[in-house]
Amino acid sequence: MSAVVSPIRKPLITGNKTYHQITEDLISPTEKTPTKEWVIGFVLSVAVLTFGIFSIIWTIWVGIGSWNLNRTINWSWDITNFVWWIGIGHAGTLISAILLLFRQKWRTGVNRAAEAMTIFAVMCAGLFPLIHMGRIWLAPFILPYPNTRGPLWPNFNSPLLWDVFAISTYLTVSLLFWYTGLVPDFATVRDRAKGFRKKIYNTLSFGWTGSAKHWQRWESLSLVLAGLSTPLVLSVHTIVSFDFATSVIPGWHTTIFPPYFVAGAIFSGFAMVLTLMIITRKLLHLEDYITIEHIESMNKVILLTGTIVGVAYLTELFISWYSGYVYEQFAFFNRALGPYWWSYFGMMFCNVVAPQFFWKKSWRRNVTLTFFLSIVVNIGMWFERFVIIATTLARDYLPSSWSLYSPTWVEIGIYVGTFGLFFTCYLIFVRVAPVVAVAEIKHILKSGGNQYVGENATQRHHHEHDNNEEDHH
Amino acid sequence: MIQNNNKNIIFGLYDDEEELMSAIKKAQKDHLEIYDVFTPFPVHGLDPVLKLEESRLHQAGFIYGMLGTLTAFLGMTWVFVKDWPNIFGGKPYWSVPAFIPITFELTVLFSAIGMTVTFYIINGLGPGVKNTYLHDRITDDKFCLAFDTHNVSSSAAEAFFSSTGASEVHSKTL
Repeated sequence: MSAVVSPIRKPLITGNKTYHQITEDLISPTEKTPTKEWVIGFVLSVAVLTFGIFSIIWTIWVGIGSWNLNRTINWSWDITNFVWWIGIGHAGTLISAILLLFRQKWRTGVNRAAEAMTIFAVMCAGLFPLIHMGRIWLAPFILPYPNTRGPLWPNFNSPLLWDVFAISTYLTVSLLFWYTGLVPDFATVRDRAKGFRKKIYNTLSFGWTGSAKHWQRWESLSLVLAGLSTPLVLSVHTIVSFDFATSVIPGWHTTIFPPYFVAGAIFSGFAMVLTLMIITRKLLHLEDYITIEHIESMNKVILLTGTIVGVAYLTELFISWYSGYVYEQFAFFNRALGPYWWSYFGMMFCNVVAPQFFWKKSWRRNVTLTFFLSIVVNIGMWFERFVIIATTLARDYLPSSWSLYSPTWVEIGIYVGTFGLFFTCYLIFVRVAPVVAVAEIKHILKSGGNQYVGENATQRHHHEHDNNEEDHH
Repeated sequence: MIQNNNKNIIFGLYDDEEELMSAIKKAQKDHLEIYDVFTPFPVHGLDPVLKLEESRLHQAGFIYGMLGTLTAFLGMTWVFVKDWPNIFGGKPYWSVPAFIPITFELTVLFSAIGMTVTFYIINGLGPGVKNTYLHDRITDDKFCLAFDTHNVSSSAAEAFFSSTGASEVHSKTL
C-alpha cells in the first residue's frame, strides 16, 4: 500500500488490530445473544412505538381536530417534528458522501451507523406530512400518476411537492448507498455463520464473493453515489426551507433560509450521531474503532455548523431591522420577546452558546461533555423549528386572530412514538448488521491504524508510519 | 467471475495484501494465467496490476441520469402545457425555474437506481444468487489468488504458491 500518511495524524483504529481481529470485534455483536441492556432498550422502544401508533390511529380516526392546531397556528408540532427529523437525517449522507469525496478517513468509523440513522430519521420525518393530510388514504395523490380524476396532476410549482420528490429520492438513494456498503459485510457475516443463519445472510449478501472486479465496480459505484448524494443532501434541506422561504409570511420569507437550514441540519445530524455513537461504542465496546479522534472531528463539525447557525440567527435579526419593514421587524421582535420568548432563548442558548465550549480541545475530547452537549444541541434544534413555525404563526397580521398553541396528548404521543420507531429500527440494525463498516475499516487499517498487520509482513513504503509512537492511549 | 460450471480451481491464501500483490506480479512474469483474485476489502493498486479496465459504471450512471432529467422536465412540460394547463400565481404555463428542483431530484434518483441495479446485474449478484465461495476467510482476512487448473497445472500452481509464501493452498470444483 502506498497511501501517504501524515505523521501528525492520530491513528483512527487503536489497539493493534489484525484484519481477523477487526472481523471478530465488529461481527461478533451480531452473533451473540442480546445483552440485557439491548433487551431493555428494545422493549422500551417498542412500548413507546406502540403508543405512537395508537396516537396516529387516534388522529386518523378522530381527525386533525385531535391536535391543538387552530386557524392561526395551522402548522406546529407536526411540521416542527418533520423538519427536526429531516435535519437529523442529514448527517449520515454527509458523513458517507461528502467526507468520502473529501477523503476523510475518520468517516469509516461512523458512516455505517450514521447512514442507518439517516434512513430511520427520514422515515420518522416522512410520517408527519402524511398524517397531517388528515385523510391519509388520499396520500397517493401527491404522486403524479394517471388517475381517474382527469387525470388530476399535483402542482409541480409547489415547494411542498418538491419536498415529496426530494425526500423520497433522498430516502431511496440513502437506502441504496447504505445497502451497497453492507453487502460485503453481510458476506463476512455469512461466511462465519452456520445453518439457517447462513441462508439468511447469503440472501442478504446477494452472493458477494470479493472478486477484484467486483470490488473495483463497488468502489466506482460508491464514489458516484457519493458524488450524487452530495448535491442531493444539500438540496433536500434547501427544498424543506423553500416550504417557508417561498411563502409571504414575515419571518419565513427570507433568502437566508436554504444555507441556514442546511447548516442547521448538519449541526443537529452530527449531534444525533454523537449521542448514538457514544452509547453504541460503550455498549458494544467499540472504543478502538470509534475513538476520541472521531468524537473530536465530529465536535469540530458541530462547532463550525453551530457557529454558522448562530451567524444566520444574527443576520436574520439584523436584516429584519435593516429592511425597515414593520411586519418583518415585528415578527422578530415577537420571536425574541413575545409569548414564546423562552423557546427563542432556548434556541439561542442551545444552538449558539452551547457549541462554543468546543473551542477548547480538552472539552472536544471529553466524552461525557460531548454526550451532554449533543443532547442540548438537539433540543436547541427542535426549538429552532418551533420558533420558526409556531411562534411566527402565533402573531399574524390581524391582532384579532392572534393565538397561542400547546400540544395535545395526541401530538406528544406521535412525537414520542417516532422516538420509539427510530430506536426500534436502530436496535434491530445493531443486532443484524455490523455497526461499523468492516471492509472499509480494514481498508484504512494500514494507513489509518496505529500498527502494521500480519506475521508475514513484507517490505513497506517509507511513507507508511511505523508504530505511531505519539499515541498510546 | 464465477459463472461457468465444472472448473477446477486451485487457490492460495495470503495473509497480507502486499504478499498477494507480489505474488500476482510473479504469476504474470511466469505467464501463469490468473483466474481471479478475491480480497476482503478493496485493495488499492490491484486494478493496474491485474490490468483491469476502468469500470464504465459511471458512464451508465450519466445516461440514467440524463434519462431522469428528460423524464422529469418533459413530463412536467407535457402536464402543464398540454395535458392540463393551469395558471399558478400569474406565471406562464411553462415556468421553467419551478421545474428545476424536481428535475434535479429525478436526475439523481434515476442515476442512483439505474447504476445500482446495473452494478448487481453485471456482477451477477442479487438476492437469492447462489455462488460457490472458495474459502470462508476470504471475506475475513485472507487474500486469495486463484488459478484454473485448465490453464495452470496443479503442480505448477502448488510450486508457485509455496514459492510466493501462501499460507494455505486449496482446490475446489466450481
